[in-house]
Amino acid sequence: MTGVNPSPPVRRLGDRLFAGSARGAGIAILVVLAGVAAFLVVDSVPALVAPAADVPGGKGVFSYVGPLLFGTVIAAVIALVVATPLGVAIALFLTHYAPRRLAQGLGYVVDLLAAIPSIVFGFWGIFWLAPRMVPFYAWAEEHLGFIPLFAGPASATGRTMLTAGVVLAVMILPIISAISREVFAQVPTLHREAALALGATRWEMIRMAVLPYGRSGVIGGAMLGLGRALGETLAIALVLSVSAGTMTFNLISSTNPSTIAANIALQFPESSGLDVHTLIASGLALFALTLVVNVLARAVVNRRADFSGAN
Amino acid sequence: MAKRIDISDLDIFYGDFRAVADVTVSIEPRSVTALIGPSGCGKSTFLRSINRMHEVLPGARVEGKVVMDGQDLYGADVDPVDVRRQIGMVFQRPNPFPTMSIYDNVAAGIRLNARRMAKTDLDGLVERSLQAANLWREVRDRLNRPASGLSGGQQQRLCIARAIAVEPDVLLMDEPASALDPISTLAIEDLMTELKERFTIVIVTHNMQQAARVSEQTGFFNLSSAGQPGRLVEFDSTEKIFSNPEQKATEDYISGRFG
Ligand SMILES: Nc1ncnc2c1ncn2[C@@H]1O[C@H](COP(=O)(O)OP(=O)(O)O)[C@@H](O)[C@H]1O
Ligand SMILES: [Mg+2]
Repeated sequence: MTGVNPSPPVRRLGDRLFAGSARGAGIAILVVLAGVAAFLVVDSVPALVAPAADVPGGKGVFSYVGPLLFGTVIAAVIALVVATPLGVAIALFLTHYAPRRLAQGLGYVVDLLAAIPSIVFGFWGIFWLAPRMVPFYAWAEEHLGFIPLFAGPASATGRTMLTAGVVLAVMILPIISAISREVFAQVPTLHREAALALGATRWEMIRMAVLPYGRSGVIGGAMLGLGRALGETLAIALVLSVSAGTMTFNLISSTNPSTIAANIALQFPESSGLDVHTLIASGLALFALTLVVNVLARAVVNRRADFSGAN
Repeated sequence: MAKRIDISDLDIFYGDFRAVADVTVSIEPRSVTALIGPSGCGKSTFLRSINRMHEVLPGARVEGKVVMDGQDLYGADVDPVDVRRQIGMVFQRPNPFPTMSIYDNVAAGIRLNARRMAKTDLDGLVERSLQAANLWREVRDRLNRPASGLSGGQQQRLCIARAIAVEPDVLLMDEPASALDPISTLAIEDLMTELKERFTIVIVTHNMQQAARVSEQTGFFNLSSAGQPGRLVEFDSTEKIFSNPEQKATEDYISGRFG
């Protein structure tokens, strides 16, 4: 060893500024999140400790929030089940089947859907979609009535849970398809050509190289979409015909649970005192639900992280 | 089963740009044919036109004939997918499917062929292919691990195993060792010597010693000037090309005077 002094690594000002602001931003997010959580918890307490009879509905806060939570999940699940395959299919069409010019135009139109305010979707749902769904609901009750989802009685207005879910699906479609399109377009040529050179048809190439590579991105897109679906307020408030306290898997009747966000929007203007705290408690439930969903999504993505193609 | 390939008057285009012109050559079965030449002279382009991979790029097309054992590969009724199932390809950069395990990578082509195969048969085929690619001993304990965890040389041998698992007639290799260390390179050269017993092999290489070591026939591609199409300047037995080439350009290139 010669007598060379190991010089301490130089920390440049720019590095320090960047590290500092990145750390600051990270901490700020946590602080805001903690603040929101603390607010929700503190303001829910009065509803949680109040005598059951004083809470709206008269059976306590859990009986009030439960059906709302149920309705929220059902509507969001319908939206996801409809929108994910459709969004993935659109993204695949745009990236791998459509001629370039058409793909650009169509991609633009789909992105435009994302910019439409939800109230417009609400009006579309109630005035256009709902009446057109009525004949289908009648048919479903008659022929598929043995499935609990279509038990009926079929709604005469079409303002059902299924209609609401479909409206939500249209709303989250651009999110899912835009993110899927992005990840599908990023699949390295190398991997696509590996499949083609083995004698894969275009669809086989997509199954071998594109879908597995884009999997975590699609899940991420679906989760963003789910986030929007869980929190959507106005469209649901307009479209869904609700009766307080219902819990049913029947998707085609006029008797539906509301969703948390829509219920808050509808009830809040006429609430005061304990009613407000009850609504906030339902907000806390929504907050918790979103966290759980995100943790689950992350677990799904990480489960096969070794195989993600990111390494 | 190894097959011979007869190429005549082949022109290869990217849109309006003619990248390769006028190639006429015969490739013998059960032998290694090496293609050498300076960068950009169209070796990869030519190689990719043999298994119809060239045309997957937008605007890319060829004119001329590529005939394998009497069948015109560019015939109107020929599906490029079938051509690629008969003519396997190994790329310059190792490209195993990162989302698949080692086992699934090797099985990928077999599963494509939609042959229903018993699990034990498939296991056997995967093992034989990995053995043929000299990779079996290194990976037999971790067949279910992701392929992306292998070293570059191992990944390239995995790609070779994947290509030969479907028993192609011809194997095309585009600078298969150029991204690899010397030991992996030797491993792949040894492998080629073994594989030519069963396959017709065409290899593009930048490395002249490699061409001299592994091949029976050598073709020299050259470019007269930038913007001009590349041409097959000379094609002969490897021995002849490296000892006594007909063309001045070939001699200059192999003696390192340009390129
Ligand atoms: N995807 C492409 N689009 C347009 N031109 C290309 C493309 N790939 C290669 N070329 C052109 O074709 C010619 C031959 O390239 P290539 O076959 O890659 O040469 P080599 O493999 O001998 O280095 C070059 O002029 C190159 O610029
Ligand atoms: Mg090349």
